Amino acid sequence: MDQARSLSDEELLDRFQRGAFGYFVDCYNPENGLVADTSRPGSPASIAVVGFALSCYPVGVERGWMTRAEAVARTLATLRFFAESRQGDQPNVTGHQGFYYHFLDMQTGERVWQSELSLIDTTLLLAGVLTASVYFAGDSPDEARIRELADLIYLRIDWCWARGGKATARQGWKPESGFLHYGWDGYDEATILYVLGLASPAHALPLDSYTCWTATYQWENIYDHEYLYAGPLFVHQYSHAWVDFAGIRDEFMREKNSDYFESSRNATYVQREYARRNPYDYAGYGDNCWGLTACDGPGFMTQALDGRERRFFGYAARGAPFGPDDGTIGPCAAFASLPFAPEMSLAALRHYCDRYPDMIKDCRLPGAFNPTLPGDGPAGWVSEGCYGLDQGIVVLMIENYRSGLIWKLMRQCPYVVEGLRRAGFTGGWLS
Amino acid sequence: MTGPGMKEPGMTEPGPELGTVAPQDRFRRALTDNVRPPAWCNPTPEGKYNLVVIGAGPAGITAAREAAILGAKVALIERDLIGGDRLNVGCVPSKALIRTSRAYAEMRQAGHYGAQVPSDIDIGFAAVMQRMRRIQARLSRADAAQRLTDAGVDVYFGQARFAGPDSVAVGDQILRFKKALIATGARPLTPPIPGLAEAGYLTNENVFDLTERPRRLLVIGGGPVGCELAQAFCRFGCQVIIAQDEPMFLALEERDAAQLLSDSMARDGVEIHLNTAVVAVRVEGAEKIVDLVSEDARFSITVDEILAGIGRAPNVEGLGLEEAGVRYDIRAGIEVDDFLQTSNPRIYAAGDVCLELKFTHTAEASARIVVKNALFLRRERMSALTIPWCTYTDPEIAHVGLYVREARRRNIPVRTFTALMHDVDRAVTDGEEEGFVKIHVRDGTDRILGATVVARHAGEMINGLSVAITLGIGLRNFAKVIHAYPTQAEAIKMAAEAYHRARLTPSIRARTRRRLALDR
Repeated sequence: MDQARSLSDEELLDRFQRGAFGYFVDCYNPENGLVADTSRPGSPASIAVVGFALSCYPVGVERGWMTRAEAVARTLATLRFFAESRQGDQPNVTGHQGFYYHFLDMQTGERVWQSELSLIDTTLLLAGVLTASVYFAGDSPDEARIRELADLIYLRIDWCWARGGKATARQGWKPESGFLHYGWDGYDEATILYVLGLASPAHALPLDSYTCWTATYQWENIYDHEYLYAGPLFVHQYSHAWVDFAGIRDEFMREKNSDYFESSRNATYVQREYARRNPYDYAGYGDNCWGLTACDGPGFMTQALDGRERRFFGYAARGAPFGPDDGTIGPCAAFASLPFAPEMSLAALRHYCDRYPDMIKDCRLPGAFNPTLPGDGPAGWVSEGCYGLDQGIVVLMIENYRSGLIWKLMRQCPYVVEGLRRAGFTGGWLS
Repeated sequence: MTGPGMKEPGMTEPGPELGTVAPQDRFRRALTDNVRPPAWCNPTPEGKYNLVVIGAGPAGITAAREAAILGAKVALIERDLIGGDRLNVGCVPSKALIRTSRAYAEMRQAGHYGAQVPSDIDIGFAAVMQRMRRIQARLSRADAAQRLTDAGVDVYFGQARFAGPDSVAVGDQILRFKKALIATGARPLTPPIPGLAEAGYLTNENVFDLTERPRRLLVIGGGPVGCELAQAFCRFGCQVIIAQDEPMFLALEERDAAQLLSDSMARDGVEIHLNTAVVAVRVEGAEKIVDLVSEDARFSITVDEILAGIGRAPNVEGLGLEEAGVRYDIRAGIEVDDFLQTSNPRIYAAGDVCLELKFTHTAEASARIVVKNALFLRRERMSALTIPWCTYTDPEIAHVGLYVREARRRNIPVRTFTALMHDVDRAVTDGEEEGFVKIHVRDGTDRILGATVVARHAGEMINGLSVAITLGIGLRNFAKVIHAYPTQAEAIKMAAEAYHRARLTPSIRARTRRRLALDR
């Protein structure tokens, strides 16, 4: 990406958006529509990545990178698979109670890695399913079938079961041990989960589940920025890939005279400010090199570097300003804040292109890099290949910044509108 | 009353010998001489006491002393060692161990401070424990039976049992009272794990008697005491595993606080297993094999010692509470109202035997309330107290007042002002920049609802915030107070300054800008 300096912002965004879109072209199984979790050989499919893929196809069509017919074919293959694959409480099927296992075999579509039946990853899959159902509004039998299958997949999910008898949605379930007990607390990426869960006509989450979840929120002033605190940057982005939260407020945000969009903007500022202060003296951190998030890492190890003992982690939810922080940056997370803080995200992207061109392959940013841990170039350790989640969020957030396409589509989705209203959102485009 | 003090022929024998602990070195003997003198003879009661106190832990000692100073005729009954958990099996020995463990950690991290790492760091466990016993012996002087007697308190050793609604029996003596205080404390809960009792295990009541460092230690339960000791023993070179059958580490604390501590303990080398239940223990040779279940996985570990820290049970047995008409629950302890009065209006309770927050300072504060309410007909409420607490790990976690979740549950809108220790000069110069100060205020006001501090000396820093909450001092006032520079407590002032800056809305800034422009 040596030529990045000569490109306009629009040209640069176009290249990176198309590069990220290419992931879904490359890592796709046409037989069942599944998309690999990572570009590494042998990677299983991630249902969340499939959700991003389904949302990216309309972008590809609108940008002229994919024909509508191909997008329809891909979407139909995917929805057919999820509608027809085996559900049940056995350990080797695809899903249960309408939800799906986090990781599936790319070929057979069955559960792998003893992964959990994942509520949040099913939600991200659903977001893609519903995006497709709104976008493919044509009269052709295939597009009509897409809408039918999308409804089938969404409507059969038993959100109420997913509470496991508790007030809020559980994080997951395993046939071997039942509901997971992660004990998550505080704001996380689940806003869209509650929105879709609350809207279900047949098996909705009760209204008080959202109240109970938001009761764990913490509104903080950190580095003079006020926001709904969560450490990892992706938390402030994922629900926003589909829902335009600017100007709409639930009860909590009315109390704070803010909204989730503004909160995500301030979370982005805090991330940059943390990197500027760089309390643990990690290499690379600065004005244009920031983004602590859930991402790959060098692995769990300790090394003495420049007279300091450094601990590194593998895949982990890194966060600012309270950590964990091992000097690993998720460059896609900084980029995905584009709608919230475009000047900062673009500056970060240009910095990555200028300073670490070798880590960028085919206009795709890696999952993570760590300049503190020596590697082949100035980027230090660089995560192998790409992660589908990273490429998906990049495609969608660039598109939302450029045209608002995904946000506009989801405003037309009756389930999203109904879910937002049930969660107490008012104002803005919901008026 | 006649002749309290050293035993003379024919005088009343004290109660059973519960206070014997190993090893019996000169420090232990000095401790025993103070808090359970072998030659002690109980006084002979004469007339009715204003206050009979059962249990000479922090609550009992405080109540007895305060009452005596005010002129009350007071009896204090202890079945074991004066000083209670705090001096004998709690805060004092654990903090002594923690200090030494911190010294070892700093030796290993000497390079972090620009110093040379010692070439050979040899853990002298016997010396560690001897220092602990020396400190216990020294601090026991203040609680010595003779000192209490000199202060006007009749000290009895033996098992107390209510003989009726206004009398207590100690051995064959009957003490009549106008008012009584039950301050018998609590003891460690026994985990119901097959094979554990047979294999033997440690609790806070015997861990400080160790004479050899265990090579591998399993800590069951990740509560504050378990974490403190797990980190300390890890720093003494033990392989330490915490197994906790709950999903959240230090579930009551703020998530960021717990996360920071979890990271810190992992750096030390402590393995933390959440959602992990200990299901069986068996002995093979000198080793203990422990079976654990975590979600769908079952695995075994081999350790030398097991420390159980799953909670505490109130000491309510054997007191004759039924005869005295005092209601109690074997788990929750003695039932008291907000004035710490039991179902028998003559009898009060204080400290761990009746309170949810089982801390030394809470016990002492509750005892002071009892003295006022029982002897002077005051109506002071326990619920009016502002109670800070601290987990003495590294970094420490200290808290006072409401948590955000509690405030939100009460529909109180909350805003949190956070200062990071990595922005505090003194924390950086000390190499102690891990942590934060979070101050929760009622939205739209500067009224402090609560605060959490994570810092190496969080326990010291929380006290200023306790003063503020107790006296109703708002956060904005902290910014007016000059804090000595450089100190770590400046973090509190920095949070207050953030509050001030947040009040400068864009419209206020625009107004001041216009006004200053006119002055140019």
